[in-house]
Amino acid sequence: MIVAGLRTPFAKSGTVYRDVPAVDLARFAARELLYRVGIEGPEVDQVIMGQVIPSVLVPNLAREVSLLPQFPRTVPAHSLNRACASAAQAITNAHEQILLGHADAVLAGGAESLSDIPILHSRRMTQVLVAASKAKSLGERIRIFASVRPRDLVPVSPAIAEPSTGESMGQSAEKMAKENGISRDAQDRFTLMSHQRAAAGTADGRLTAEIAPWFGGPGLDQVTASDNGIRTDTTLDALAQLRPVFDRRYGSVTAGNSSPLTDGAAAVLLVEQAKARALGLRPLTTIRSYAVAAVDPGWQLLMGPAWAVPLALQRARIGWGDLGLLEIHEAFAAQVLSNAQAWSSRAWAARVGRSDPLGEVDWERANVMGGSIAIGHPFGATGARLVTTLSNEMVRRGVQFGLISICAQGGMGFAMVLENVSP
Amino acid sequence: MSSFSLATTDGIAILTLDVSGEPVNTLGSAVIGELEATLARVRDDAGIRAVVLLSGKPDAFVAGADIHEFVRIRAADEGTALARAGQEALDRLEAFPKPVVIAIHGACVGLGCELALASSYRIATDSPRTVIGLPEVQIGIFPAAGGCQRLPRRIGVKAALDIILAGRTEPAAKAFRLGLVDELVPPSILKSTALAAADRLARYGVPARGAAGSFWLDRNPLGRRIVYAAARKQVLGKTGGHYPAPLAALDAVRTGLEWGMRAGLRREAELFGRLAVGEVSRNLVRIFFATTALKKDDGVPAGTAKPREVHRLGVVGSGFMGSGIAGTAVSQAGVEARLKDADLPRVGKGLNAALGVLRGQLERRRISRPEFRSRSALLTGSADWRGFERADLVIEAVFEDLAVKRKVFAEMEEVVGPEAILASNTSTIPIAKIAEGARHPERILGMHYFSPVEKMPLLEVIPGAATGPDAIVTAVRFGRRMGKTVIVVADRPGFWINRILFPYLNEAGHLLAEGVPIDVIDRTMTRFGLPVGPITLLDEVGMDVGLKASQVMHSAFGERMQPGPGVARMVEAGRLGRKAGKGFYLYHSGHKTEPDPAAYKLLGVTPLATVDAELVEQRLVLILLNEAALALADGVVRSPRDGDIGAIYGIGYPPFRGGPLRYIDALGPAQVVSRLESLAARYGPRFDPAPTLVEMARSGARYYVD
Repeated sequence: MIVAGLRTPFAKSGTVYRDVPAVDLARFAARELLYRVGIEGPEVDQVIMGQVIPSVLVPNLAREVSLLPQFPRTVPAHSLNRACASAAQAITNAHEQILLGHADAVLAGGAESLSDIPILHSRRMTQVLVAASKAKSLGERIRIFASVRPRDLVPVSPAIAEPSTGESMGQSAEKMAKENGISRDAQDRFTLMSHQRAAAGTADGRLTAEIAPWFGGPGLDQVTASDNGIRTDTTLDALAQLRPVFDRRYGSVTAGNSSPLTDGAAAVLLVEQAKARALGLRPLTTIRSYAVAAVDPGWQLLMGPAWAVPLALQRARIGWGDLGLLEIHEAFAAQVLSNAQAWSSRAWAARVGRSDPLGEVDWERANVMGGSIAIGHPFGATGARLVTTLSNEMVRRGVQFGLISICAQGGMGFAMVLENVSP
Repeated sequence: MSSFSLATTDGIAILTLDVSGEPVNTLGSAVIGELEATLARVRDDAGIRAVVLLSGKPDAFVAGADIHEFVRIRAADEGTALARAGQEALDRLEAFPKPVVIAIHGACVGLGCELALASSYRIATDSPRTVIGLPEVQIGIFPAAGGCQRLPRRIGVKAALDIILAGRTEPAAKAFRLGLVDELVPPSILKSTALAAADRLARYGVPARGAAGSFWLDRNPLGRRIVYAAARKQVLGKTGGHYPAPLAALDAVRTGLEWGMRAGLRREAELFGRLAVGEVSRNLVRIFFATTALKKDDGVPAGTAKPREVHRLGVVGSGFMGSGIAGTAVSQAGVEARLKDADLPRVGKGLNAALGVLRGQLERRRISRPEFRSRSALLTGSADWRGFERADLVIEAVFEDLAVKRKVFAEMEEVVGPEAILASNTSTIPIAKIAEGARHPERILGMHYFSPVEKMPLLEVIPGAATGPDAIVTAVRFGRRMGKTVIVVADRPGFWINRILFPYLNEAGHLLAEGVPIDVIDRTMTRFGLPVGPITLLDEVGMDVGLKASQVMHSAFGERMQPGPGVARMVEAGRLGRKAGKGFYLYHSGHKTEPDPAAYKLLGVTPLATVDAELVEQRLVLILLNEAALALADGVVRSPRDGDIGAIYGIGYPPFRGGPLRYIDALGPAQVVSRLESLAARYGPRFDPAPTLVEMARSGARYYVD
């Protein structure tokens, strides 16, 4: 059962966390979560964290979290990658470990720093460096280095593109907008709603309640207590001014209606029922079901949720109408609206192999505090943010069932049904 | 039962030293005798080719000579004889016909180190517990069993003097770098490596070593003269000439290197005898014993209280003191520390200051980068009470105001568990007043740290009237884990340190008002042996803090503690001291330069051209001694021992003088009383001798019997 979740403020890459590696963000969120919940480190049996672009220096981020001094050194940990659904995957893994009786309490979540991405040497330069490190004499080493050509020195930075198709995420969103007929205006209106709701959630404290303030700056006295990508004062006009990025001529996907590159970390604590009772913890929700699906990345890359959501509902043995709240990951406004279309249209239902569509998305009950477009999207952490936000809001509203939907790189879709178990 | 057990394997004798009934091995005369007897057997056993000497104690090699034997010395020639005996035993070890390999794990200091130097070969483990060095000067003597001869010959004169004159112990890795040990190995293979080395040495002989040190400084007489002169200057700078041991050690090293080993050993023994019965060494040894005794003193009778194990510390107030407490707790005690203040930027600032303690350790290579990382993660902060629910101990370090403190304690009581201990880092407010109205006054007490917390070695623990023994023993033990020497003092205004300090600071104020120059006052007291003079101290502490405390003291004790007018005027003028960049001294980009003429003007005095420095010293010293006598009679400290140790660690009272109460003994109470009486006649009743002193002067009693 999900007891609590906590995250760092999400910040646009290159801002607040410019000098902070993802592992430090993850350690901070995890440690603060322990203090907020009031659980002792030794009570935790496992740590599972998601990260999409790991640092070569810290390949297993989760282990660095479980090596926090608040934990005994004997807490096993692993890191995983299911692209943008990584933290959600970590949470379901944790849930399964508890169901299997392998663990009673698991800390799960994820982190990402796009300020701290690994920049690689060219293939040729890598070969030179490896050869040089094996050289037996100074002369040999000099000979090897002498073979370096200027073009070998050009670094390679990872792109957010599909290795299988070479298509960038934005290009995929652009394609989806066109194929599904999602207008620029619809995207911008959706974006505006995301910002306005996130701003309201920040102002009324519902969002900041799940954020541990970050102490930054050289004197640690520059405190960040909320997400810095939320534009409280943006307008439709301002959004309409932006130029499309991926198709300058006929495109509709802009920097405004896409989620920004973001740094941040989030963590959730899952505890087995009897143990939670013994520790005096008040659970929020439990995972009723989840499902993962994948489509051909060369087709509509971010359409996985069209398959994953009905499957998760079926596994939960509930219907679309039973859902009191939805949290849909917003990679792009075009993608969210495409996903919504897929759930509501008869044509899509047939494509997915269902007789009837799920139904329309009721936006009064979906993304009620905005989403990734406004709040930001640290790939590895978003899943844990969604679980935290949804769980807290389900308890606030007394909703029985809630849904999380995440589209992910590689054509994957991830859906999770949460059930309210708060006393 | 012998301290040595002997086992033989493949022609190599393994001597294990394990002095029975003691937690560590010390080399008393009897143990040395046993070593020689055992070695004699080994020498005569034709089947034995070499010797390996190990310690049977876990994580401890040899803690040094037997200090109790040393304390028994009554005359200089007894000391000389003791040193000679040690030297001769180690000479015989050095001349032993079979190779002797020393396998070191744990501390190897003092005579232990000298023993290692006299053997054929030394192997140390790379464990952090393995430290090697010659700390003798810290108790007023110096290595006199050949240490001043063999160390410079092994590692060079400059490196040797660095160790001997400062009484340093080095981590094994450094000792290996210096050449003090021949091999550095993991503990798991210490014994096998030692056996292999013994076998190798037995077969092929002890390998020859090149000359130690650099040619320019160590291996020519001219270079050495430069080294001697520099070392002497450094020692005098550090000790102010009050401590004879480092200079004696320098003399012994120099004699040995310039006139030969025999002459050096003779000089060692002779100087050692003199120092051993000197008052400085006696006082330093007494402080050593008192500090050791305090480490076992929980402040309540043994067995009457249950200490609470502190894992999580809460600190309320993230200012200079709060952050210092949190940083020191994390770095020394390794506990989780959570800082709270009214707003987050203040918390962040406090966290940064607390991390500064760790950063300092990292820079001085006291901790590694991974250790730094791990310990920093113990520090957290919050602007609310979340995370304090499970604290074992919460220390309040907010503004010195009773109403504010009471409010904080009321909030703390709401949050923390029923077992938690709550402490106030107040310096002036009575604990009883803070605890008034609390639901559980039995768990409330004072923990008075000194600033800067990471550097100042003293902690005053103050039980209030209602404080229970569990809280006391918890606070005392936690203070010790933070690396502090802890004294338990009574809940009287100013406790112990500020009680004896304020009359002294006030007197400095009176002197100032009479026109005695700022630097003269300060220099008088540094010459007496204090680390800083009273005016500098005021600048450091901050005029506002000093004024507030002095007003509390004045209202508690009346006329005797009447402050001079200076400090109040300084506060009005915003000259708060170092933190304001201006006080009695001028500060140039954070560094103290010279007395500020503006300060004199503010006080309306012209500095006197000539001053009777002796009278200045008398007034400042005697008013402090008198207050110490009054406070002890008031029961502020439990014993003269606590009072002296407190003064030494709390205000830097010169250790070679043994503490204020010891100094009264040394001067003689009659003498103290007569000086006080003449000062009282001249300057007023604040110098009226304490009734106990008058009584002691009459009866001839002393504070100490030894």
